Amino acid sequence: MSELKQKLTVSASPHFRSRQTSSGIMLDVIIALIPSLVAAYVIFGVRTLVLSAVSVISCVAFEYICRRVMKRHNTISDLSAVVTGLLVAFNVPANLPVWMIIIGDFFAIVIAKQFFGGIGQNFVNPALIGRIVLMSSFPSKMGSFPVPLVSTIPLTGATPLASLKTGEMPEQSLLGMFFGLRGGCLGEVCIAALIIGFIYLLVRRVISWHIPAFYIGTVAIIMLIAGKGDLGYVLYELMAGGLVLGAVFMATDYTTSPISTRGKFLYAVGCGILTSLIRIFGNLPEGVSFSIIIMNILVPLIEHITTPEPFGTPKKVKEAEGK
Amino acid sequence: MKGILKPVKKGRGGIDIAHFKNTAEMPVVRIPTPPFVTIAMQQNIGAPCIPTVAVGDSVLVGDKIGDSENYVSAPIYASVSGTVKEIKDVRLASGAVSKAVVIESDGTDTEADFAPPEVHDTESFIKAVRESGLVGLGGAGFPAHVKLNLPQNAKIDTLIINAAECEPFITVDYRECLEHGDDILEGVNAVAKYLNIKSVIIAVESNKPKAIKVLKEIADHDNGSGDKVKIMILKSQYPQGAEKMIIQSATGRKIPPGKLPSDVGCVVMNVASIAFVGRYLKTGKPLVSRSMTVDGSAIKEPKNIRVPVGTMMDYIIDFCGGFDGEPEKIVCGGPMMGMALSSTDYPTLKGNNALLAFTKTKKGALAVKQETDCIRCGKCHEACPMGLVPTNIVRFAKRKNVERLKHAGTLVCMECGSCAYSCPAGKPLVQHMRLAKSIIREAQTK
Repeated sequence: MSELKQKLTVSASPHFRSRQTSSGIMLDVIIALIPSLVAAYVIFGVRTLVLSAVSVISCVAFEYICRRVMKRHNTISDLSAVVTGLLVAFNVPANLPVWMIIIGDFFAIVIAKQFFGGIGQNFVNPALIGRIVLMSSFPSKMGSFPVPLVSTIPLTGATPLASLKTGEMPEQSLLGMFFGLRGGCLGEVCIAALIIGFIYLLVRRVISWHIPAFYIGTVAIIMLIAGKGDLGYVLYELMAGGLVLGAVFMATDYTTSPISTRGKFLYAVGCGILTSLIRIFGNLPEGVSFSIIIMNILVPLIEHITTPEPFGTPKKVKEAEGK
Repeated sequence: MKGILKPVKKGRGGIDIAHFKNTAEMPVVRIPTPPFVTIAMQQNIGAPCIPTVAVGDSVLVGDKIGDSENYVSAPIYASVSGTVKEIKDVRLASGAVSKAVVIESDGTDTEADFAPPEVHDTESFIKAVRESGLVGLGGAGFPAHVKLNLPQNAKIDTLIINAAECEPFITVDYRECLEHGDDILEGVNAVAKYLNIKSVIIAVESNKPKAIKVLKEIADHDNGSGDKVKIMILKSQYPQGAEKMIIQSATGRKIPPGKLPSDVGCVVMNVASIAFVGRYLKTGKPLVSRSMTVDGSAIKEPKNIRVPVGTMMDYIIDFCGGFDGEPEKIVCGGPMMGMALSSTDYPTLKGNNALLAFTKTKKGALAVKQETDCIRCGKCHEACPMGLVPTNIVRFAKRKNVERLKHAGTLVCMECGSCAYSCPAGKPLVQHMRLAKSIIREAQTK
């Protein structure tokens, strides 16, 4: 008889697991952000790298210290703090003083994320909280954008969104906008790089297309109406500000977005409506951060009303429950 | 191709998983008769049987040794000839304790006199199926006569033969198609005839071209009498062979929560079960043995074998050359839904279709993944064929929120393991789902 020398592992099925891990997913997000980082370096110069490096290091350090102080198992190896660090840097102008971004990182990691239990528990996007704290605390620094180092035409530094707000067309061509030749936050300007990152995330199946498509689509429809059918105006609106960065990398944050497709639809359309309303009627030129944060807060409600029907639930039962 | 159907509707979710059908080209070989068999009286879902033999009785292969008055049960037959040595309580692979009849083999495998059952109408057919001792051979082990004894008012129009075999490693259903096509045809004809079913769909996954060819011949052969039997090629995706999934693929119908296939006009039978029905009607030899795939990185000589019911698992592993390296995990059944064993000292049951053993080193072969925090990525929901959101159900279960658990459809879960397979955080989601279900059941019995 075959003798078993060692004890066997007994566990619940399944006995096979995919090789995908949480840190692998975060690594994919980091890879998807790299084209934008490179683009930002080309457009705004070496301060891009300084701010990004400081932000990443601060976020990881805050996460490490926080977990130690709270006597919790350490989670820096999941790389989520690196993602947050990069995203905070992507949401500030290139000439922001370094100490300021550290404050943003503190609010992102310590207040928004760890105070609520760390990865998977935060109810709002940490990087956006970092950005909003900076915007409220240092509005002039957060509102003045350096002029791109590379440009075919002389630019004055007015951001396209500010121009659109005053009813003028931006000075850049649409193509220039696509490649990021404009004032703006680090990671938001180069649409081409963001799209490369988006495609990578789709191919790696890290995110689905739903949230970015519904979000940007909603803004496009509303702007089409607001711009009385002017397609050029719509394209400027879509490429200006942080819409693409927000829709691809921040609205899609797993923890703060709904899981079901119907939920994603409601959430993304809500983001799109709020962004458009703020841009058209608000005092601020940009509304992506606030829109996403507001919709983040509504996610538990959205999840509840969009609980997917289990397989085979008959239509009649659905109606009866609805009454 | 004529007579080959495309799936009507592919269900949601599911996972693409490596097939590992290493034993696909290995014909089923009969294992040498073991020195003794331990035949548990609890072979399947339902009431246990009561031994009808006493210690010291001599039995032949096919002699009845256990039966029950209970409706949900199937009689049990001696799988070797010899002497009843002992009737004792044994522990089964599931952890349950059952009475078992231990038969010492005389090594001759002398068979009792079998006569084909007299079948002339539905009632006598169901009776014959019960007498055959057949339980679902696909793994679930539900008594076949109960499944086939349809309610009076049920309007059944489709018989689905499940040859999907979507679990990795297992190839016995595939071998059944290749080796016993004629039995399958006879079984199909009998069930269709006595249950008055007009349409038969044999559903098989696209990764089994040889089986598709054989089954196509069956369908063509039969089509002399009309256009009854059709083959359907399913996408090779787990859990395509699950009853609800295969019905949806074959007919586009969805079984509502808590309902049965007959509620949507379908009967689903495993291909090995239907082949057995065909054989039984011809010979009258009851269910005394079954095919099993023995495979995995820790098995020296992987094989497809025919084993007498009640053969001890360690005897089977010895026949397959013993262990190759130190086994880390031994699984009874497939790697997705099978049961991990704490030893090999268990008797095989009628429903066991595979015995797999894995070493630790072989990559991807074992469920060792560091458990980390849930990041709510939703991959569990994406994978769930039932459309549930396992991560939310885990949360509701932690709070014992019965209302939310019910609202989330927890009880529809069939424990296919797609969620846990996909989870990047390595959560044991199936275990959580079982816990969630037990919380609901507990609340309901209060």
